[in-house]
Parts: sequence; C-alpha cells; structure tokens
Amino acid sequence: MRRMTKAAAVMSVAALVLASAGCAKKSTDSAESSSGGDECVAEDSSKKVGMAYDVGGRGDQSFNDAAAKGMDKAACELGFTTSESEAQDGESEAAREGRLTEFADAGFNPVIAVGFAYSASVAKVAEQYPEVNFAIIDDEFAVADNIANLVFAEEQGSFLVGAAAALKTESDHIGFVGGVETPLINKFEAGYAAGAEAVNPDIEIDVTYLTQPPDFSGFNDPAKGKTAAEGMYDGGADVVYQAAGGSGGGVFEAATAADARAIGVDSDQYLTADESVRDVIITSMLKRVDVAVDTYLSDVDGGDVPTGLTRYDLEADGVGYSTSGGQVDDVKTDLEDFKAKIIDGSIKVPTKP
Amino acid sequence: MSDARLKRVALAIGAPALALIIAFAITSLVLILAGDSVIGVWQQILSVPDVRGVTNILNAATVYYLSAVSVAIGFRMNLFNIGVDGQYRIASFVAAIVAGEAWLPGYLNTLLALVAAVLVGALWAGIAGLLRVTRGVSEVISTIMLNAIATAIVAYLLRKAAVDAEGSNITATKDIPEGSWIPGFSLGSDAPNDVYGFIVVAVVVGFVYWLVINRTRFGFDLRASGASESAAIASGIDVKRMVLVSMLLSGAVAGLVGMPILFGDAHNYGSTFQSGLGFAGIAIALLGRNHPVGIALGALLFAFLDEQANPLQILLDVSPDIVKITQGVIVLTVVIAYEVVRRYGVRLEQSLVASALADDDTDDKGAEVKV
Repeated sequence: MRRMTKAAAVMSVAALVLASAGCAKKSTDSAESSSGGDECVAEDSSKKVGMAYDVGGRGDQSFNDAAAKGMDKAACELGFTTSESEAQDGESEAAREGRLTEFADAGFNPVIAVGFAYSASVAKVAEQYPEVNFAIIDDEFAVADNIANLVFAEEQGSFLVGAAAALKTESDHIGFVGGVETPLINKFEAGYAAGAEAVNPDIEIDVTYLTQPPDFSGFNDPAKGKTAAEGMYDGGADVVYQAAGGSGGGVFEAATAADARAIGVDSDQYLTADESVRDVIITSMLKRVDVAVDTYLSDVDGGDVPTGLTRYDLEADGVGYSTSGGQVDDVKTDLEDFKAKIIDGSIKVPTKP
Repeated sequence: MSDARLKRVALAIGAPALALIIAFAITSLVLILAGDSVIGVWQQILSVPDVRGVTNILNAATVYYLSAVSVAIGFRMNLFNIGVDGQYRIASFVAAIVAGEAWLPGYLNTLLALVAAVLVGALWAGIAGLLRVTRGVSEVISTIMLNAIATAIVAYLLRKAAVDAEGSNITATKDIPEGSWIPGFSLGSDAPNDVYGFIVVAVVVGFVYWLVINRTRFGFDLRASGASESAAIASGIDVKRMVLVSMLLSGAVAGLVGMPILFGDAHNYGSTFQSGLGFAGIAIALLGRNHPVGIALGALLFAFLDEQANPLQILLDVSPDIVKITQGVIVLTVVIAYEVVRRYGVRLEQSLVASALADDDTDDKGAEVKV
C-alpha cells in the first residue's frame, strides 16, 4: 500500500507538471507590446482591452498568435492598454466565465474572446455586464446587443490552397492533416478537397486528424503531426496541407525530410515557420484573425462599436492564400480565377466534408 | 504513554500543515526564479473570494470530491484506478444521451440518466477488473488503455449523436429538457451563480463510503485484502471477487463525477465538457489519505487554488500554471511528510518498547538482588 501511494504520488505530480509544461509559456509580451516604441502612440489607461485566449495562448504561432498580433497593432496605433489570459486544457465552464468576468470587473472594455469554446460563457457574461462590449472569434451563436461575432469563411481560403496543391502535385496525390476533428477543422478539409477536385476530379486525397475531442493535444503536438505527414509522404502524396496549429511544424519537418511540399495555415508560415523548413511551404491559407481584431478595435476606438455577425470571407480579404516564396506564382492566374468565381458565387464551397 | 500518544496526534496534524508550508516556500522560490512578484501572487491566491468565487469553489470541489472518492475506493483495495477519467467521460456522454432523449418525464428522466451513468461507469471499470482477475492484467495498464478507447468511442458517437446548428463550431448532444435539471441554490441574493444541487449527493456518497469501508464486513474484507493479500486469502476472503467488486464500485462512483456539471450547468455533453477530472482525483485522494473528510478538505483546497488562479494572469501578468506547480508540490510534500512522520512514529514506538523492556530488566534485577 505504501509503495503504491508513492508511485501514485509521483505519477499524479508528473501528470500535473506535464499538464502545465504543455502550456508553460508565460505571457510577458502584453506589457512590452503596448509599452510603446518610437512609432506607437502613448498608452491610454482609460482604454483597456482584455483578451481571453483559447488553449495555447500567445506564442502558439497560429490562431491565438494571430489574435494577439491584431491586438498589438491596435494597441500600438491607438494606445489601448492590454491584458490577456489563456485557457487551460479541459477547463470548466466556470473557469471560462470567471476569466471574462474578471476582465469586466477590472474595467476592461471591450473584452475579446478567442475561440468558439467561449460561446456559452460570452453569452452569459455579456448579459450580466450590459455596459461592456464583447467580441468572440469563430462563433456566431452568442448573440446580444453587446456582442460582436467575428467569423471566417475558412472553406473558401482552403479551396484556393486545395486548388494550388492539385496544380502543383506531380503524383496526383495530396494530403490533409487536421489538428483535432472538430466541425471547425472539418471546414478546412471540405474546402481543401473541393478545391483540389475542382482542378482534378480524380485526385487522391489522404485525410487524417491527429486527435479527437476532448483530447485537444492535436493542436499542440509537432511529433504527432510529423508522424502523420511522414505516412502520407511515404504513401506517395507530395503536397500536404496542415490545419493543426502548433502541430504544423512537424508536418513541415516531415516535408523537408521527404523533399516534398507542404501548405501552411492561419498566418503566412513561409515567414513565421522555422527557417530550416521554409522552403517546403509553397503557400499558406490565410485566416486574418489579426485583421478582424484590429478592425474591431479600430471601430471601438472610433466610437462605433460593432455588434452582431461579421463574416470575413474572400471578398472581405478575411481569408486568402499567401504568395511569399514565389512557389505558386506560376499558377496564380488559375487561383485568381477560382477566387473571382467564389466571390461572384458561381462556385459554392462546401463546409462539410 | 499518553504523552507519546499526544505527540503522535500532534505529528499527524502537524504533517499536512508542515507540508503546506514547505509547498508554499517551494512555490515562492519558483516565483522568484521566474521573476514574478511573490507577495502579489500570494496576496491574490490567499485573498478572500467573493460570493461568485465561493460558489465556484464549492462546485469544483463537488466534482473533485466524487472523482477522488472513486480513486480512493481502489486505493483501499490496493488498486490503482487511473481510468476514472475515461469512466466519467463515457458515463457522462451516455447520461447526456439518455437525459436528452427524455423517454421519461421530469425527475424520472434524471434518475434514469443517473442510473445509466453509474452502470456505464461500473461497466467500463469492470472491464479492467475482469482482465485483472481472469488474465492478471495490471489495472494500471488496462485503465490507461481504456481511457484512450473511451476518448475515441465518445468522439465517434458524439459525431453521430450531435445536434449541431448550421455553422456551429461546437459539437454537443441534445439539451436536457429543463424539467430534468437538478436545481442549485444560491449563497445570497446577490450571487450571480448557483451551487450545484448535486453537492448533497456528493456528501451522501462520502458518508456511504465511510460507512461501508469502516463499518461493514465488506469494508473490512476490502481493507484486509488491500493491506495483505496473502493474509486475506488465509482468512477466507475471496480476493478475486473483492478486486472485481471494488473496481465496479470505483467505476460506479466515477460515473457520477460528470453529473453535477451535466445536470447543473452544461445540460449537454459536448467538446467543451470538462476533462481531466480523473487525474485531479488521484492527487486529491492521496492528499486526503483516502479518508472521506480528508478528501473533502483536499478537494476544497484544490478548488480554492484553481479559482484564485484565474485572475493572476489578468491582474498580475503571472501565468496561472503557477497554481498547477503549487498543487503538484503540495501532493509531493504531503506524501513525504506523512512518510517522515510514519517513520518517526515507528522509531518512537521502538524506543518506547526498548525503554520499557530496559525498565523490566532493571526491575527483574532488583528483584533478583532482593532474593
């Protein structure tokens, strides 16, 4: 019994430590980002914006970072004072509500919730604090007069990189690595497959998801991403699109090792990924969370607080594809052609695979 | 002798207190190394929570308590049920489906769902129990595997059962009809949130756990088997049966872990349902020394730390992970402190016996001299 107690103690401590190690990035940037360089305007302590991140927080090189970038830009140009807090993996609804409440209580207005996990908590807290403005990214179901819903047409951007993959592949065989199998990531897959099939109806597409909810480690586990992508490259695919957040780095590594190509997601990863793997990134599906956040904050600053649904699609330049590195320059006319057709409605992109 | 006993009682109380102080010191050291404000952090963590905070602490403690009791049942039998996490998630999912379908009206529906949760939890743990009894598979290995299997099964079935509005990013089961919710109670007229009504059930579970373990033949058999398997067999206890039964009971309680959340707050099972509670339960059961009151204190301590951690990042720009470190350190120091105290107690007893024997010797000698 005693030996067991010791073993159990060690294991549970290890579990706790691992849990915290997974997200042990301390946020030190919030102050420095808004402390004001030469070009930034002075910080105005009466303009306080709070940002509640999804799991991973600032530093995930993906979704959360894009939101942070938007807030930093607005803080620099408009003088917002910022504060931020990130979600813990598997946390309770009360923890999410508590985070938003804490911001509201401390006088932060507006409060930006990053990720659909905040849907229910934003709806609840917005009702309790009618004088505070809230914005939520990736969710259109928390609806109130003081909530702005910022959503994206990920399937449209994914369509274009799917078309790019089909145009660039030499084996007519491409792949898709999703982080966690949620309806949101399904949208990426659906658009990607539709775009590839629009170019070549017979193309072979491998699809895999790294984890299933409630295991969200698939967004933050490069080793899993690498293994999955290796399997695809070994199986004959030569372009793999990753929508896997922090796991995407592993996909790029696998592509480098296999001398194949990959497609980035959310931000222009040719510019943000590790230098040693940049050359394999032919393009990235851009999801301009930074633009959405920056636009929202500018509007708030201008006194015209947005409420309700704003959909960032191709037409609004909220999604798109990157051209850094010049590897898709030769197919750009085709991509622009698809883009025009999606915008004018002659191509309807599915949101479910 | 009574003096020594007093000493031992003082040690028993002193051990966890000392452990907390050491944990406090180690965490402070981590804060200093990380360059954070030590005083500011402790001021925030040790501040008095408001009504909302107290409610959240009670709610979180309710859930932690059930999880830890489930783990403790296994511990008493020398079984390490790591599978509480998978057991409660699969049970919560099934209960959400049953309650969402609402085959029965009102609270009959609730009752049916609770029974389903208990059965599913017991069944899932029972697989590990059966493997251990029939094939000798370590329950540590099998329950970890069953956690992963539970994740995959629930994810698969959730996609089949989910009722998603078009364009929604959240996957969840059908909402439970309002008549089947378990109402909570508020701690004051200005409280914005309610304490789970299920807290009553948690207290009852704790009491029954104490009663069964300490006051029944079954509980005695369980403790005996846990303390020494060979001695238990020698005294005619069917140890295999005890293993299976205690696994089933552990799983049954695990089935209840998600119920306060399901019927008091979420009202459906979805991708944002709280996870990882089974692992917190292991730490809390250790902290509480498998005692129903000790576990309650441990659960409250963990819930308190969790709740107080939330504002750290917002107000002080300190990562809330510091609380995870504190929790881990507390578990370690408590286990070490109890071990140190146990050894000290043993040595105390030995020296007492030795000196008593020595006294006897001199008495004998004195008698001899007299003779």
